[in-house]
Amino acid sequence: MSAASPVVPSDTTGLAPSAPPEPSAAAEAKRRLSSPWASLAAIVIAILWTVPTAGLLITSFRPVGDINSSGWWKFFLDPNVTLDNYRAVFTGDDVGLSTYLVNSIVITLPAVLIPIALATMAAYAFAWMKFPGRNALFVAVFALQIVPIQVTMIPLLSLYVDPPFGLPQLAGANAPGGGFYTIWLSHAMFALPLAIFLLHNFMREIPGELVESARVDGAGHVQIFTRIMLPLMVPAIAAFGIFQFLWVWNDLLVALVFGGGSLNISPMTVRLAELSGTRDQAWHLLSAGAFVSLIIPLIVFLALQRYFVRGLLAGSVKG
Amino acid sequence: MRSIHLRRALATGAVLVLGAGLAACGGDDGGGETNTAGGTSPGEGKAECEALTEFGDLSGKTVSVYTSIVAPEDQPHIDSYKLFEECTGATVNYEGSKEFEAQLVVRARSGNPPDIAYIPQPGLLANLVNDTDAVVEAPSTVADNVDEFFGEDWKSYGSVDGTFYAAPLGANVKSFVWYSPKMFADNGWEIPETWDDMMTLSEEIAATGIKPWCAGIGSGEATGWPATDWLEDTLLRDGGAEVYDQWVNHEIPFDDPAVVEALDRVGSILKNPDMVNGGYGDVKSIVETTFQDGGLPILEGKCALHRQASFYAANWGEAKADVQIAEDGDVFAFYLPPTNDENGSPVLGGGEFAAAFSDRPEVQAFQTYLSSDVWANEKAKATPDGGWVSANTGLDVANLTSPIDQLSAEILQDPEAVFRFDGSDMMPGAVGAGSFWKEMTAWIGGKSTEDALADIESSWP
Repeated sequence: MSAASPVVPSDTTGLAPSAPPEPSAAAEAKRRLSSPWASLAAIVIAILWTVPTAGLLITSFRPVGDINSSGWWKFFLDPNVTLDNYRAVFTGDDVGLSTYLVNSIVITLPAVLIPIALATMAAYAFAWMKFPGRNALFVAVFALQIVPIQVTMIPLLSLYVDPPFGLPQLAGANAPGGGFYTIWLSHAMFALPLAIFLLHNFMREIPGELVESARVDGAGHVQIFTRIMLPLMVPAIAAFGIFQFLWVWNDLLVALVFGGGSLNISPMTVRLAELSGTRDQAWHLLSAGAFVSLIIPLIVFLALQRYFVRGLLAGSVKG
Repeated sequence: MRSIHLRRALATGAVLVLGAGLAACGGDDGGGETNTAGGTSPGEGKAECEALTEFGDLSGKTVSVYTSIVAPEDQPHIDSYKLFEECTGATVNYEGSKEFEAQLVVRARSGNPPDIAYIPQPGLLANLVNDTDAVVEAPSTVADNVDEFFGEDWKSYGSVDGTFYAAPLGANVKSFVWYSPKMFADNGWEIPETWDDMMTLSEEIAATGIKPWCAGIGSGEATGWPATDWLEDTLLRDGGAEVYDQWVNHEIPFDDPAVVEALDRVGSILKNPDMVNGGYGDVKSIVETTFQDGGLPILEGKCALHRQASFYAANWGEAKADVQIAEDGDVFAFYLPPTNDENGSPVLGGGEFAAAFSDRPEVQAFQTYLSSDVWANEKAKATPDGGWVSANTGLDVANLTSPIDQLSAEILQDPEAVFRFDGSDMMPGAVGAGSFWKEMTAWIGGKSTEDALADIESSWP
């Protein structure tokens, strides 16, 4: 993602004022990194990285005949601009695009909030509460990450359709909420192992003295969690939130399998997959469709990228 | 103590499982008979609803349909259900997905199947019946309709091990060669009646400086399938229906001498640098060209002939907005001529079948409606842009709007026609959706006929 590149200079300039007369390691690194050759390399990489996306953007504005007959770079020789592709994407179906867009949001928000809520609490317990079998349990949760989604599909869907212990049925013709519950729960399940692991690592970094002193002042687990941990964890939570948001937003498999295929609860990705028609005869619409679905993640990413870089470092680097 | 508890739990579990199994069997026993909801049908007294009134009052009931047909081709299907909804009071929920084939199996296995699924391959139907036990036998009303309106060959494709499950719906004809009527008229070329005439014509076209044939077999992970159709079409012509059936059922080896001969015949076009690849380049460009683009050079006059199914009509429209598909228009198709007189007029094609996963009265009523001549004609009228045809003999050809559909329907309804289903759709998945595609791609790329066929033979499970 080229969008992340502006962050790097702002970080390094942030470190610059603290440089003592004797050149620090950071200043030394900055001096080396900001050589003209490094800048040139960065620019070349950024351009190479952006070219396919630019090609996609240009293609989305070209007429059908041009898309089918020549590559997007021919656009500069013979510029024909049309909005037909976007018009077809927005109005070309019996279920309007706005329905899918709303569905995507309705699916994504709970599918991000549920794992965050559960994982912060679980991570706190694993990091700061002592109970028997804690390490074994943590390893078990962490190990769940290696279970591929595909393996779980049929058993999980069978459980939703025919739940044990008289629990209410979540999938099938009479599913409550039109079937959204199965998608939310599935996304939450698949996200939890990584979420707990990342947030746990971050929480272990918080100095023990902080927790100790809070305990001396009479704070219980709930107070320590809400007053100390949560405010300190905002960057890590935001970073995981972006990860999970992008994953859920771009997900096709979970929505297809657990949504039961009903168009009323299908997200944008399902619409995009169907966009090219039964025999792929309308594939020229895909570039326009891709850009429509790209807008919201782009907004979210640009708005939260500050946390993204900070949070990545927070979760992964120890000590 | 603990072990006794465990045993008891196991025994209870076993009883539950047995009970569930018995209940499922009980449902299956009802197959073949028709169920009724009772009450007076809303369609009582209307002539066009006659066949549906016996299912009673279905108001408020819902039938879910799951297909691989997505927008914009789905709207004519949804429109064609209106008469059924008026006649019975039931509602039909249509749902199309391009991931249909994988999703249907997942849903059937996990106990969440749709009521009706449009299955495009007999092989998939057999898998569902054998592996999931979720498909319900067709009621007698559907079987009667199919006996009346379809040939025995079509009924057998909807049956597994002698039990009839799924009635045929739409069909497509694959034995077509697309050409430009204008180009033919300008040059004084005639539509060939025999394979030899076609080859003579191809050489005549080649002499004018353009490559006569264009082709593209690229199709993502399914790259190679258009070439399998070529082989099936020529084998059906050279060897006749009997050899073709033996080959599909693996009663003769995949690399039987008859198959080698048929593939060499294909090679005389597809691997002949004088014949291909008009508008694209040399023989190898066939692999790189997607099947959607394969025939498009005909519109620019860079190619004269393109063998592809009737559904390719949609691709012309996408490539050029005002293209006319008619005998006197921009493009049209002729029947791929036979290679000899002994085997009649073989037709290679495909189609979908309506399989049911429930025997509720509204589902059976809908199955009955779909297998009738009433639906075939309703569907034809609901498809103003064309692109749909059925082998239903009750279908009035005049109800079809596009000339290519009319030609397809005439070919399908011709009593002389020997219809055979696309073989790769009936072979085991490892071959029909695997090695057959891959080896045909390698064959275009330069692999010898014998090697390619022998490698497919060795991959047969």
